[in-house]
Formats: sequence, C-alpha cells, structure tokens
Amino acid sequence: MATTRVAQEEPVTATAVADGGATTASTSPWQHRHLLDLDDVSTDEIATVLQSASAMKAVVQRDVKKVPTLRGRTVVTLFYEASTRTRVSFEAAGKLLSADVINLSASGSSAEKGESLLDTVLTLQATAADLLVIRHAHSGAPYFAARNLTRTAVINAGDGAHAHPTQALLDLFTMQEHLGSLKGRKVLIVGDISHSRVARSNLWGLCKVGAIPVLCGPPTLMPWDLLKGRTEQPGHPFASVQVEQDIEEAMRDADVVMPLRIQKERQDAGLLPSLREYAQQWQVNSERLARLAPNALVMHPGPMNEGVEISPEVAHGLQSAIETQVTNGLAVRMALLLLMATPQGGLNG
Amino acid sequence: MAQQQEKSIMTAQEMRRALTRIAHEILEHNGGAKDLVLVGVRTRGVPLAHRLAELIKSFEGIDVPVGTLDITLYRDDVHLRGPLVLEATDLPVSVTGYRVVLVDDVLFTGRTARAAMDAVIDLGRPMNIQLAALVDRGHRELPIRADYVGKNIPSSRSEEIQVRLSETDKVDEVVILPEAGSSQQMSEAGR
Repeated sequence: MATTRVAQEEPVTATAVADGGATTASTSPWQHRHLLDLDDVSTDEIATVLQSASAMKAVVQRDVKKVPTLRGRTVVTLFYEASTRTRVSFEAAGKLLSADVINLSASGSSAEKGESLLDTVLTLQATAADLLVIRHAHSGAPYFAARNLTRTAVINAGDGAHAHPTQALLDLFTMQEHLGSLKGRKVLIVGDISHSRVARSNLWGLCKVGAIPVLCGPPTLMPWDLLKGRTEQPGHPFASVQVEQDIEEAMRDADVVMPLRIQKERQDAGLLPSLREYAQQWQVNSERLARLAPNALVMHPGPMNEGVEISPEVAHGLQSAIETQVTNGLAVRMALLLLMATPQGGLNG
Repeated sequence: MAQQQEKSIMTAQEMRRALTRIAHEILEHNGGAKDLVLVGVRTRGVPLAHRLAELIKSFEGIDVPVGTLDITLYRDDVHLRGPLVLEATDLPVSVTGYRVVLVDDVLFTGRTARAAMDAVIDLGRPMNIQLAALVDRGHRELPIRADYVGKNIPSSRSEEIQVRLSETDKVDEVVILPEAGSSQQMSEAGR
C-alpha cells in the first residue's frame, strides 16, 4: 500500500472555510463546509461538536431513536477501503437523522471498471448527494473531491496515512466524557504512529484542546518527518507533543493509553522485528496497566489485533472504553451531519 | 439591541403577576399538581418553567418535576438555517402518562410549539400536552393556541418582542422593538 503523505502540510484554505455571505458567519459555531482534518478546525468548533454530540448521545439512548431532522437529505458513503465501524457508524447516523443513506464501496461500483475518483464524485453530486463521506487509501483524496464539488459537502472518513478527523473527534469526546477537561491530560499513543491517520488527527485535536500527547513506539514507526522542528518550536500546536522511547516511562501517570493497530504488512517492509517481539516490548497488557497506570482509560480505534498491541484482558477489561468509543462515534457523527447538512455560506446553494 | 426606541410591555411585577395567575390556572385546570410535569422550551422557556414550579410549590407544597426541551431536531426550517447545534433535552420523568405543560416565552407562529409537541411525543405517550406562554403576539401559521397566556400583545409582524429574564438577561422585562430585521428570526426561531 503506497501511502503518500503530501497533503498533511498544506492548509487547504480553499475548501476549509465557507464562502462569505452567511450573515452569522462570525458568530457561527461551525465554520466548515467540508471536514477534511482537524488542523484548521478551531478549539471552539471542536467544543461545539462535542457539546452537540453529548446531546445526540441522549437521543441514541432513548426508545425512539429516529428523529426527522434530515428528511430529504442524502448522505453517500464512498469507501475505497475496508471498514466496519466507520462506515456503519455513518450509515446509522444518517438513518437515525432520517436522511437517505446510499453506501458505495469500490468493489461493485464503476471504480472496478476504472472510473476515476473525479468522475465518481461528480456522478454522486449529480445524483443529489448533500454529504459525501469518503475513505480512500491515498492521502489527499477527500481534499481532491472537495475541491471539485460545488454542491456536496465532503467528510473525510480516513485518507491514507493522513487524517481521520471523525475518529479523533470521537476519541476526544470519549476522553472528555470520562475525564472532564482535557487540559494538561497525558494521552499516550503507542505503536505505529508513522502510518496512522488516527494518530495524526488525534495529535491536532489533542493539542487544540490542551492535552499533552505522548508518542511511544519503535523508532522505525515514529513520525519523525511530522514532528521535525515542530515540537521544539514554541507556539506551534505540536509544541506540547512528547516522544518517549520506553513504554514503562511513557505509561507512568498516563490518563489515557491508546495502542494503535499494528499493520502486519509493516513487518514485511522490515519496520518491525516480529509481532512477538513487538508484543513483548510495546504491548499494553494488564501487568503494565496495573503497575503503571491503574486509573488510565484504555482506548483503541479498532480493529484490534488482540495479543499484539493490546492484550485481550485489557481490551475487554474494566478500564477499556473501546466499546463506548463506538457508541460515541455514532453520536459524534450525528452531530457532524447536523452541523454540515444545514446550509452554511455556499453550501447547498 | 437597545439602540432603537424599545417600548416596555411588561414590567417585572406584571410578569410576576402573570406567572402567578398561570400557575393557579394550571392547578385549577388539572385539578391539582398530580402527574404534572413542566417542560421548558429552550432557551427562555426553561427559567419560566422553574418559576412556575416554585410558585406551585408555594401554593400547594408540591414539587412538580421540571424538564428542558431542545427542539432543534424537530424544526421544520432546518434547510433554511445555519449550522445547528443540539443542546441537551433533559426530562426528569418519562412523559408517558403525564400531563405535560410546555412552557415558552413567546407564542408567535406556532411552529416552535408544533416542534415541541413532536419532540415530546417521541419521548413517550403523555396523557395530554398543554401550552403555556408568557406572551402571545398572534400571527399564528398553524392551528395552535395556548392554554395559558400571560399577556396578549397585538403586534405587527415586523416588530420584535423580547422577553428578558433575570436568569438569562439579568433583568425581568418584556419589550417591543419597532424594526426586527434579521434578529427577529434568530430570537423567535432560537426559542
């Protein structure tokens, strides 16, 4: 899987902010037409999403979960990569808000016949998609779609190794739900940071809400290129990011411990010694957790390799919020659909 | 807000008297406070519902449960509005079997009341739903009327009526502003 990481540096201003003209633009709680990453989403906007998600969670938990809000709106999920929870979560979110949801995956669509991404998204726009949720193996694909769509808003559901903003938002929501304010909280992310879009978006989100991200993992899997120069630069959002080689040190006093999935193909590329050795050195297991972070919240973006980056008893243990993350993902995505399916600036206009 | 000549319509004392009367009417109409729940429609219906509950307690010594309703998900103008942020709906009881009194500050087009009724019905099956408004300014667009009204204020559509409450606005008063402009939509729809 050739992942390019070109887009992570560029602020995509052209797609980020709604065109002028909205009368309440300056006071509006949400300024984005598309959601591509958290790098240009403000702290206030993040707070707005989390607040709205909290009210949505109450809707999800009641007897009649379906509400009529987005009747007549169409949400299309376009997944060029496999996914269980993200796709199902977006589909459920759309349906609970009464939008029509169309699911498209690369296999079974004209992408198999060689149709380009551009033609595919233009076709979806022409079939009146109000919101397009895209996952693609190539970093930047949702940006490309957003630049070429005039009537359809784009949500990035994961692009290559670049970004996964809705995952980061649901992670923030879950942390806030358990810990209250995240200011000064130590959030440990362990594993293959370098190839992780979840980690990248989480870095932005955590730094924006004032948490302290700590990255830990094999040196071959650390995002040196991303951190280069930034962590030392005072005032840069990443100035609070810490890198810790020793998991024992890193886990000590952590408020959140988030192991990432070890992608087995990394081993073939020579970036990992063996899964067994990785597990020995970096696994979040009950022994380490009890000794170093007995009160920490354990999170995992899924899917898990139980026995590799996380031990089964931790994954399903009392400190685990992994299932809660899935429920919260639904609430966060409903909040986002509500924010984004309503007109803002040029949206739907 | 206050740059135009605003005219006072209700003073703090008049508001208190109107609420006192509404509280008595609610008790009279329902034969007491049994199975009653007061549900304030965000934003200013909420403090009003709490005030009514306090009044009822002072008359009858009964604590009537008070809830908060956010009608965002039931609006009929979602497609016309900016980004919508949901706030919490919080009811102390399941509404099923209860006499639900919706409390709002201004009754205008009736669309908010319609949305509020739908929101309540999605939460359960109340015995009945009643509507209390501090001000009824007319111009209904739906076949809706209030069971309890603090004051009828004939108004022109272009005027704006603002209910200010000490809980949210530091002062108790109702005023009328000649030209509403766009803020009218905000305040009416934001309720």
